[in-house]
Amino acid sequence: MSTLLEVSGLVKRFGGHHAVDGATFAVAEGSITGLIGPNGAGKTTCFNCIAGSLSPDDGRISFAGEEITGLPPNAIFRRGLTRTFQIPQEFAAMSVLENLMLVPLGQAGENLWESWLRPRRVAVQEREIAERARATLALVELDGQAQQYAGNLSGGQRKLLELARALMSEPRLILVDEPSAGVNPTLTLRLLELIRSLCESRDITFLVIAHDMDLIARLCESLVVMTGGRVLTEGDPRSVLEDRRVQEAYLGSQYR
Amino acid sequence: MDIYAGELPALIALAGGLNWTVGFLTTVAILGILVLGLNIQWGYTGTINFGVVAFFMVGAYTSAVLTLDPPREFESYVGGLELPVPVGWLGAMLAGAVLALAVGLPTLRLRDDFLAIATIGIATILRSIANTQEGLVNRARGLNGIPRPLQQQASDAGLDYDWVLLAIAALVLLAVYLVVHHATASPWGRVLRAIRENEETARSVGKPTANYRVQSFVLGGVVMALAGAIWAHRTGTVAPDAFDNFFTFLVWTMLIVGGSGNNRGAVLGALAVGLVWFGIPLVQEDLPDALGTRVFQVRQMLIGLMIVLFLLLRPQGLLPEEKTVSRHLRAGGRRQTRWPLFTRRRPGG
Repeated sequence: MSTLLEVSGLVKRFGGHHAVDGATFAVAEGSITGLIGPNGAGKTTCFNCIAGSLSPDDGRISFAGEEITGLPPNAIFRRGLTRTFQIPQEFAAMSVLENLMLVPLGQAGENLWESWLRPRRVAVQEREIAERARATLALVELDGQAQQYAGNLSGGQRKLLELARALMSEPRLILVDEPSAGVNPTLTLRLLELIRSLCESRDITFLVIAHDMDLIARLCESLVVMTGGRVLTEGDPRSVLEDRRVQEAYLGSQYR
Repeated sequence: MDIYAGELPALIALAGGLNWTVGFLTTVAILGILVLGLNIQWGYTGTINFGVVAFFMVGAYTSAVLTLDPPREFESYVGGLELPVPVGWLGAMLAGAVLALAVGLPTLRLRDDFLAIATIGIATILRSIANTQEGLVNRARGLNGIPRPLQQQASDAGLDYDWVLLAIAALVLLAVYLVVHHATASPWGRVLRAIRENEETARSVGKPTANYRVQSFVLGGVVMALAGAIWAHRTGTVAPDAFDNFFTFLVWTMLIVGGSGNNRGAVLGALAVGLVWFGIPLVQEDLPDALGTRVFQVRQMLIGLMIVLFLLLRPQGLLPEEKTVSRHLRAGGRRQTRWPLFTRRRPGG
């Protein structure tokens, strides 16, 4: 398998604090890779740098063979790299359906002139995109909530909406930040199945941050372990989780 | 025709009432255009513009100097090009766009509260320039004799010119409403609402949000400047002291009362708040002396009270915004009247 995402020597400082301190890892195309580590290890900061929400202080990020370091989020999104947020970030005062319909690129009606001069073309596109949005909502079983305000969804439903929104862009890589936080076990299981089936059927690569070791062991083909802003180790889940250093990082040295 | 002396006051009052109503509705139509402009910026995009009056003023002056005769003795202003009124209006819209770009490009990246202060400052500076700069727009004396559209034709046809003005203002309002509605109730408007709701996430799904903010600011500025241009030709005279910052907040009140994010609400707000603002002086004599003698202060206080009460009790305004942004998704296809004050609507699609 070829490498889709490559992070090398990534550094992000907040004041004097090195949130990410020289992290280097790679994500293989078509894989589901887990990014794990104790709280404050720099996982989400890594995500923010990769997706462009933060500009890294040092290091390189390349996606599909192209350097994307420091590009703005909208430019990175256009290359097929999208993300979900740890704390769901929906457009609260918009319907669930339109939360998804916002996403597709190249909508004629997003251009002021086209929305004035070519309303028929816009209408046709709107129907197509609405159709796709409904199908995507059905995938995460939110189709019953299509006309609700996104702000009225429950915490777990918002997590699903995050994933559905990411899918609307036909991405090559989705960064998923804690899919199971605050989601009940049944729903977690569904999310897990969904991610795996999307990976297989749509060739989407996933990089997943999670704390639930059970979920990680069942979902991921490879793991990256971070601690203190650096990568501790990489590899297949079994050997990584048995690694004594990983156990120490998570549980503290007294359990050695 | 016999008229009993006793009937005369009633007839005068009726004719006066009709004249007042025609003039009032003309004013409301022009203010309605202005509120539609602010609605694009605040209602849809969440951009705070406390410099509404600057756009109105620039539109009024630009159209005036393009259409006026050259300055006579004791007058000094640029232009005086004697161009046709529609050209003046186009020029005003262009000036509104230029002002919006000049203000927007450096300030739209500011945080909301800084943007509010910057825009109010710009309005104050521009009025100050108009007031003091020799040879620009005749300083505090203002511009007079601004041509009034179709006035000659109206008098040739024996039409009451006030009605002609009302028709012109209403037609422009309708046109602006349609243009704005087609832009905002579309995927373009959906991007704006997404920016208002969560700009960071809008960026993360690929929208160049800074670009859209500028677009919305410019479109709003163009519409506001057009309102100013019509105002100048309606009154025939513009002077700097008409453009104080209170006017900006009158327009904001109209939008908040009518319903931010709803274009029909914007126009309704102009009517509702306009009734209070222009209607209070009419009942001056019926008020107790303590209020009647202070009627102009009283109406300012009422405007403040309206803002506070609406923000507390009905923040969505008289006509709340539609849940579904894109008109292409709304139930019942194109035509649909609804009165959300009385019925709850199920958005379909």
